[in-house]
This record gives sequence, structure tokens and C-alpha cells, in this order.
Amino acid sequence: MDTYDIIIVGGGGAGLRAAIAAAESSPKLSIALVSKVYPMRSHTVSAEGGTAAVLRDNDSFDTHAKDTIFGADFLADQDAVEMFINEAPGELIQLEHWGCPWSRDPDGRMSVRAFGGMSVNRTAFAADKTGFHMLHALFQTSLKYESVNRYDECFVTTLLVNDGRVQGITIINIYNGQVEVITGKAVILCTGGGGRVFPFTTNAAIKTGDGMALAYRAGVALKDMEFVQYHPTGLPGTGILITEASRGEGGWLTNKDGYRYLQDYGLGPPTDEPVHRKMELGPRDILSRCHMQELEKGRTFEGPYGHYVHLDLRHLGENKINEKIPFVRELARKYIGIDPVYEPIPVRPVVHYMMGGISTDATTKTTLAGLYAAGETACVSINGANRLGSNSLTECLVFGARAGRSAAEYASAQSSPSSKPLEALARDEQQRLDQQFLRKEGGKERIATIRQEMHKTMEEGVGIYRNEEAMQKTCNTLSQLRERFKDISFDDRSSIFNTEVIAALELDFMLDVAGAIAHSAANRKESRGSHTRTDFPKRDDENFLKHSLAHRTVDGPRIEYSPVTITRWQPEERKY
Amino acid sequence: MNGATATLNITRYLPGQDQIPRSQSYSVPYQRDWVILDALNYIKDHIDGTLSYRWSCRMGVCGSCGMMVNGVPKLTCAVFLRDFYPQEIRIEPLVNFPIIRDLVIDMSDFLDKLKSVKPWIIRKTEKQISEGEYLQTPEELSAYQQFTQCINCMLCYAACPVYGMEPEFLGPAAIALGYRYNQDSRDQGKESRQAVLGSHEGIWQCTFVGECTEVCPKEVDPAAAIQRSKVEITKDWFKSVLLPWGQR
Repeated sequence: MDTYDIIIVGGGGAGLRAAIAAAESSPKLSIALVSKVYPMRSHTVSAEGGTAAVLRDNDSFDTHAKDTIFGADFLADQDAVEMFINEAPGELIQLEHWGCPWSRDPDGRMSVRAFGGMSVNRTAFAADKTGFHMLHALFQTSLKYESVNRYDECFVTTLLVNDGRVQGITIINIYNGQVEVITGKAVILCTGGGGRVFPFTTNAAIKTGDGMALAYRAGVALKDMEFVQYHPTGLPGTGILITEASRGEGGWLTNKDGYRYLQDYGLGPPTDEPVHRKMELGPRDILSRCHMQELEKGRTFEGPYGHYVHLDLRHLGENKINEKIPFVRELARKYIGIDPVYEPIPVRPVVHYMMGGISTDATTKTTLAGLYAAGETACVSINGANRLGSNSLTECLVFGARAGRSAAEYASAQSSPSSKPLEALARDEQQRLDQQFLRKEGGKERIATIRQEMHKTMEEGVGIYRNEEAMQKTCNTLSQLRERFKDISFDDRSSIFNTEVIAALELDFMLDVAGAIAHSAANRKESRGSHTRTDFPKRDDENFLKHSLAHRTVDGPRIEYSPVTITRWQPEERKY
Repeated sequence: MNGATATLNITRYLPGQDQIPRSQSYSVPYQRDWVILDALNYIKDHIDGTLSYRWSCRMGVCGSCGMMVNGVPKLTCAVFLRDFYPQEIRIEPLVNFPIIRDLVIDMSDFLDKLKSVKPWIIRKTEKQISEGEYLQTPEELSAYQQFTQCINCMLCYAACPVYGMEPEFLGPAAIALGYRYNQDSRDQGKESRQAVLGSHEGIWQCTFVGECTEVCPKEVDPAAAIQRSKVEITKDWFKSVLLPWGQR
């Protein structure tokens, strides 16, 4: 039984930032950083466009706050947003000091670019591999802290809760299949989102909502899970992300008639140079809906992977494309054989980000003593019903750092957990894992089949446009899949690097997350941000200006609500 | 789909069961726009759940899915079936590494080597956050930018004949990353990295075959980093011999 002061689950942007913050809080604290992959494989690596903060004199905290709250369709907690925005510049500069290779202006300052829904250029970037560079800078910097002890390729199966507080975790060491216990006075979940509950997503394979399910099972509510962001520009077929920075740098969206259709949806007038918050720089939820309406009107293209529109970058010219968005060119050439210097890129909306997650306060604390969460897996909420592009990397930094400090403070005041009750809990967990996963024999359901059926029902019921009937059907299908999951079969019964067992554990988690999404969505009888209902097309502040809280019960999710904190920005109609 | 199939001959190895790695043949539907990784996922999902390999982003940036494809180190998410079809395709784990199972290699050696080159900014005096960023011009950025592109995919280690024979060799990626920090205008830690980079296991083992640069999927050019480090360390050494009184 390994013992630490703080356990961090997840080694992406938020987890690494938390680890460094905790290590810097006190060199005496011992820290375990547990990840199912090597940290530099984490999905932060795929973020492209940039990370937002007020870095220039022409910008202000109030403007960034207002853009964020407006983008969130007023479901963000405004006190948390203000805290986030105040700390954002310092975090970006900290990362600059740690070696992140930010793109620079001629005078040597970090460059900033335009992004959707932002009224000023405030998105710092490292070409169009911002997440990759941030992740590697954080990972490489983390190597100098001797108090951070990594558990690479270890999958967390449960939180050990005793005496009303979290006191450790159990893991499966993927190398040898052994179930091990790690005790800790505090646990921080930084496991990212769960876009893989949907069939068509920009998200990497590892994004299976593990942390959300771990917290949910330990009795912590999942907040605002119905809000799932579609990014308007993914490659058809694979769902590979084509960054919003391509539009920030001046790219156009055109339909099959070559027409910049966004002008028909109140986002105009079209201009040659990009204008903040207009046209292609509108927010993601609205742009994704515009695409679907173009489809209804029969003005999208039809290809082997369904409908798509064009992202036209040709007028930017080869030099600008190479300098500002080289990865876009690399991805388009490699994966679809199109060079954006000469041809438009086919794109369509794709599941990208979950605004919802483990309910935390602005210090990253959850309702379970000792448990903290940060990054996409958490919901503070600063993103409300729709996140603005380039706020999420900053969120990983600001709240990752906050989580590290909060957990350090808490752990310093706690005595070590007593091992006896944890051993008993661990024995129960070993038994559960043996019966359902590690030593399970028989069964006739294939993991991939259940996963595919989950994908299908999620897309049908809780996609861009939703209605009562379709959502109820999805809720029912998900409970049937939960039953069928009990009868899964395994080809692989060995203990060494058994990725089939890991896939089953991930699917188990995803079914919980999917259920929370579908039930939260069915209960919200209004349209707000990314949650768009054809049967309730208007926002309803009187009844639904509140956060959804999904609690896990034996009969499925129970949905409750909590108030939204409004400080200085009163809800108004969201028009761009 | 027209019923066409592609054949993959894949290395299988399960310690305790297999004495030595063996090859197993699989047929998958041939899809023109499938990458090798799509075929592996098809096998895993529909034919044989025991096949083990790593993958995640499937867009060439996480660095997980490096394997030998017909004897050449490749990211399997970035190589298409159509580049080989209708020929059979041989998929093996990256060479020069211990095999954990099937296509999964043990890369812990690299993690230790990466740490040994101190891949972080070293300063004699730290600037406060309140003082803002270190200014760095685009020209200063371009001095090291190429070497920041390393995704730690290990293809260069699989291609490196020196690493194959001398496992203690630091290897292309670790050297390139050490060099990356040495060239960063914000860094002042060059001297503390030279002990490792300039050691017997460091740059001097490289015989400049250049295979690392050849296989790098991100155009990092580790060979250039190694050669330039050799020149710089040699210059520093001459200065230290000719000007031994700290006038460097």
C-alpha cells in the first residue's frame, strides 16, 4: 500500500499544473501523479488554437468576463468567472517562464489572436499546437520536482471513501494487471472530458469521462452535463479538429453555393477582414446550429461521411497559413489529401467539449471532503451553457493551480488515513474487479457492440437538436445497455497489458457519464447555449436559470438544481 | 465496400505464453481512407480482443502509436492502408526496445534519459510573474522552435543503429530536447546540461547516420541538434583550455 499526501489522477494540463502547484506549496508533501497513459499523451496535446487571458492594454478583465458570461448564455457563475479571468494572465506568464514556446510579436511579446465570441484579440498561442506545447512544457518542468512520483499507465478503478472523506484510490497497474491501493489525504481528479460517449468527436480515445464517473460513484453530483459543445469545424469521417484559429486568422465558411451563409443567421455583415464576434468568429454553439440549418435548406455538400461545408483559407495565402496555422495544413494534407493553400477544407460540426462535469466550487473543492477536481472533468462553472474557444486551456492552468494549492492546504492539516478500513474497502474492490472484469468468464456481449450502440443512441438523442421523445428513447436505451453490459465477454484473460479490460472499465464509466448527460438534458425544458430543444426553442430564465446536478442512484440519475451566481451582468438576450 | 480485404501480419508476444515473438495474420476490410491504426482497431473490436497496442489522438500529435510498418518506424495513425495495398503489411513493435506485449514496447529508459538532460528552463535569477514575460523575438524563437516539435514517439530510437547497439546512448530525442533548452534565449542552464550531453553516453556516440531525422514525423531533425551540440561543446572545450581563467 503506497502512501502519499496528495494523489492527482490525470497528467494533462490540469493534472500537471496541480502537481507543480502542490509541490511548490510545500516540499514536504508527497505527491502521486497517476495516469492511464504517459502524461505527454494526454489529450491536452491535441488543443490547437490558443489560450485566452487579458494580456494587452486594449483589453480589460471586465471585457473578458462579459464575453465569457455572454458566451455561456448566462449559466456561468459570475464570481468564479471573475476569479478565473483575474488569475489567467499570471498563469500564461508562468508558463512562459517555464519555457512554453509562445508565438511572438516582432517586439518579443507573446502574440495574441482573435477567437470566436471574444471581443478583443486575447488568445495567446504557440502556432496552432498550443496544447501540445503547453503540455510538454508542463511535463518537462514537472520532472524537476522530486516530490512528484509518477504512476504511468495505471488505471484508477475507484475512490476509497472512509469516514466521510476520500482517503485513497485503487488502481490496476496496466503492465501486470495487479490491483494496488494508493492512500492519500487528498485526491485531485484531472481526467478530462468524455467526448468518447459520442461516435463523432475531436476527442482522443482516452477521453472516456473516467474522473466524472469516479466522483459520481462516490456520491458527488455531476453538474450541467447536458451541455455538450459541438465544434463547427471537424474533418468528416475522422472528426479531427481544424482549429478555430483558422477562422481567427480570417478563414471563411461557405456552403455548396460558395456563399458565406452565416450572414443569414444574424451574424453578418460579411467582411473580408475578420471582425470580432461576427460571422466566422461567432460562438461555437451558434455556428454549429447554422450548419444544421444549412443542411435543412439543402445547401450543404454531401460526401461519403455525410453533410459538410467548406472552410476556405485560400485568400490567407501560403505564408500566413505556414506561419500561423501550419498544423491545419499538415492535417488537411495528410488525412484528406487537400492542401488548404489551394482548396477549401470540408468540415462539419463535431463533439468537442463538455461544459459539464464534477461539481466544484471556485477553489476546486467538491462536496466530498478531500476530493478536488479541475480542468474539463470539473464544472465550476465558468463555461455555463457554452464555452468560448481558448478558455479551456486557461481553465486547466488556473484551476489546476488552484486545485494543487487547495489540496496542499487541506492535506497539510489532515492526519494519515488509517490503513485497516482502507484494506477492507480495497478487498471489496478487488472482488468487484475480479468478478466483473479481471476473472470474468462467459458472457456474450462484445464490448465494441455495446460501445457502438451507446454512440448511436447518444447521437440520436442528445446531439445538436434535441426533443423529448428522442431523449427519452436514449435514456431507455442507455439503461438497457447498462443491463447488457453485465453480460460482456472477454477474449483476453491475461494480466499483462490487457487493453481489453481497460476498454471495458472505460465503457463502464462512459455508460454512467452518458446517462447523466441524457437525463440532465431531458429534464431541462428550455434551449440555452449548446442545449437546443426543438420542443422548447426559447431560453427560460424564470424556470431554468440554474445548474443541473445529476446524482447517481440505483434507479438511474436523479436531477436536482442549484442557483447560478449573478453578480454584475444581468441576463439579457444573447445576440451577436 | 466491395469485399476487398487487406492482410496484416502482426507480431504477437505474450510473456509466459510465447517463448519468442511470433507473427499472426489478420484480414480486414480494405478501406481506401483507413490508416493502419483503423485496421488495428477493427481487429481489436471485431476479430481478436487480445491484440495489444497503444493509441490515443489518432491525429499524429500524442506520439502513442509508433510501430514498425514493413520494417520502418511509423506513426500508425498517419500511414494509410492504400500506401501498401494490395501487398501484405508487416506490423511489428518498435525495434531497439524491450517488448512488454504484442506491439507495446517499454519506453521507461527514454523517460529517465529525458529527465537527465534537464528539459526545463534553468535561470540564475528568476523573474517574478508580476514583472511579465521574458521578451523573445521571433528570430530568437526560431533558433530553437524546430526542436520543440518532438512528440516523444520513439521512432528515432527505433531507427538509430547506435541506440540499438549501445542502449546507454542518450539518443536522438533526448539530445534534441536538451539542445532545445540550450538554444532558448530564456535559459541559462547550458553548462549544467553539458555534463550529460557531452558525456561518453551523450552526443559523442552518434556516428551521424541521420536515420533519426529521416524517420521523424515532426521534422525535428535530431541529427542537426547532435551535430551542432558537438560543435558547440568543442568550442567551449577549446575556450576552457585556451582561456583557463574564467574569461569564457
